[in-house]
Amino acid sequence: MLPERKVAPLAIDLTLVHRRSITSLYSNLVTRPTGRAIRSGIESQIAEMEEERSLCLSILDFSQVRVLDYSCADEIVAKLLLRFQGADRPGEAFFVVRGLQEHHQEPIEEVLEHHDLLPAAEVEDRGFQLLGRADRQQRACWGTLLRLGRAAAPAVTERTGIVPDAATAVLSDLAERRVVVAYRDGTFCSLPSLLQE
Amino acid sequence: MTRVLVVPPRLDDDAFDALIAEAAEVGDERALIDARHVRWADPYGMVGLLALGETLRQGGNPPLLELPQASDVVSYLSRMGFVREAEAIFEMRSPPRPRGGRESSVLLEITRIQSHEDVHGVIDVLNESRISTILSEQLHYSRADAIGFSMLLSEVSQNIIEHADAPGWVGIQIYNWAKRLGRKVAVISVMDLGIGFKGSLAREHSARFGDRWSDSTALEAAFIHGITRFRDPGRGQGLKQIRKKVGRWGGKIAIRSGTAKIADVPEWDDAQPMETDLSPFPGAQILIVLPAKAESAPEGGAAPGRSAPRR
Repeated sequence: MLPERKVAPLAIDLTLVHRRSITSLYSNLVTRPTGRAIRSGIESQIAEMEEERSLCLSILDFSQVRVLDYSCADEIVAKLLLRFQGADRPGEAFFVVRGLQEHHQEPIEEVLEHHDLLPAAEVEDRGFQLLGRADRQQRACWGTLLRLGRAAAPAVTERTGIVPDAATAVLSDLAERRVVVAYRDGTFCSLPSLLQE
Repeated sequence: MTRVLVVPPRLDDDAFDALIAEAAEVGDERALIDARHVRWADPYGMVGLLALGETLRQGGNPPLLELPQASDVVSYLSRMGFVREAEAIFEMRSPPRPRGGRESSVLLEITRIQSHEDVHGVIDVLNESRISTILSEQLHYSRADAIGFSMLLSEVSQNIIEHADAPGWVGIQIYNWAKRLGRKVAVISVMDLGIGFKGSLAREHSARFGDRWSDSTALEAAFIHGITRFRDPGRGQGLKQIRKKVGRWGGKIAIRSGTAKIADVPEWDDAQPMETDLSPFPGAQILIVLPAKAESAPEGGAAPGRSAPRR
């Protein structure tokens, strides 16, 4: 679990990273090499941030992206989440996907389901939600935490009707999946709430 | 000696299969591809003719090409970029000079794909041109569909770079299939002269197929089961996503590689889901046909047809 500390939001505009990472300038995110270059750029920015602070919240902003294909979505979103979800992750980075439009959702959802990943995302006209193949309890706990901001399992149990042990297990699982932050005092915080701190 | 290969009046996927069957007889002779009587051509036929010419050229004898007699057909082949590409492959008598100044109705000229940068180029060309308007006006696609069309094209073009180990071509055009389907269609052709599906998968996957290993089993493995030569667990999804999108839009996708062809066949088409014992041809040849949506059709397009067989 993580100690109390201030989170440093790091907004990563994918178009800007794209432009800095590779020679050719495209707002269409297609092909694996493009995705790899963007991911590498994001990881470098996170590494720089983490020299100063040990927890980093990275916002992947797709609002200026037009075409996003599966290969690029796999290289950017899936591989980035996988890398920072594993026990050997290079740092304490959490990711929020933002600016998703209808045409981005399909490739992103496909790669998330393929790798069984669950990022928090802000979807156009629908607000924050869990993407990927989340079950009913995961969505209920995450949604409740989103409304509460930061809370312990009993508060989530009270509002969802999920039994305490199950709520604790679900919240811990969501923390392992890096879509909530687990603090040492037994509370959990949703990532969108951290954005508002 | 010169062997004449006569191109049927309709230069499409059937004509391509017929031509490569004839080409198998060329041997050491020089080939003259006689396209004088061609009256109609789609991107698959045109790109197929380039692929055939390139194969013959690599065999040691630069083939000759007689362009169609009909001036409107030659003009169309020029606008599609066929003549420009053909000049690097065939010997042609007085090929037509390209005429500028006229806005082309071509959705995507025949474009050579040799690198990922070329894939970016294709997607940029599509999005800088009036693709959304054309797809909306002619196929009744939404803006999101138009972007989905670009995604599909990106994935299918990357297939050349990722799996063929050789360059290829892509071309797209919209046609009015008034008699056959009563609707307009977008015809997408992507071809390469690389190692083919069997060659791409052989090292990693052939052993467990044993005696069954063939062009058809390799196609099934990639097309149906998403098997790829890459160990990265994120790979192999491109074809699956392409099939899903084509199916949702009521379209057809067929992939020919080596001596086999596999397809997801919609209700409006009468092709076989799997064909074997075809005339051998290097690389992979992909045909995608996407019909216009009925103007009031719900998302999901035409009725489902026959998918490639699961074994």
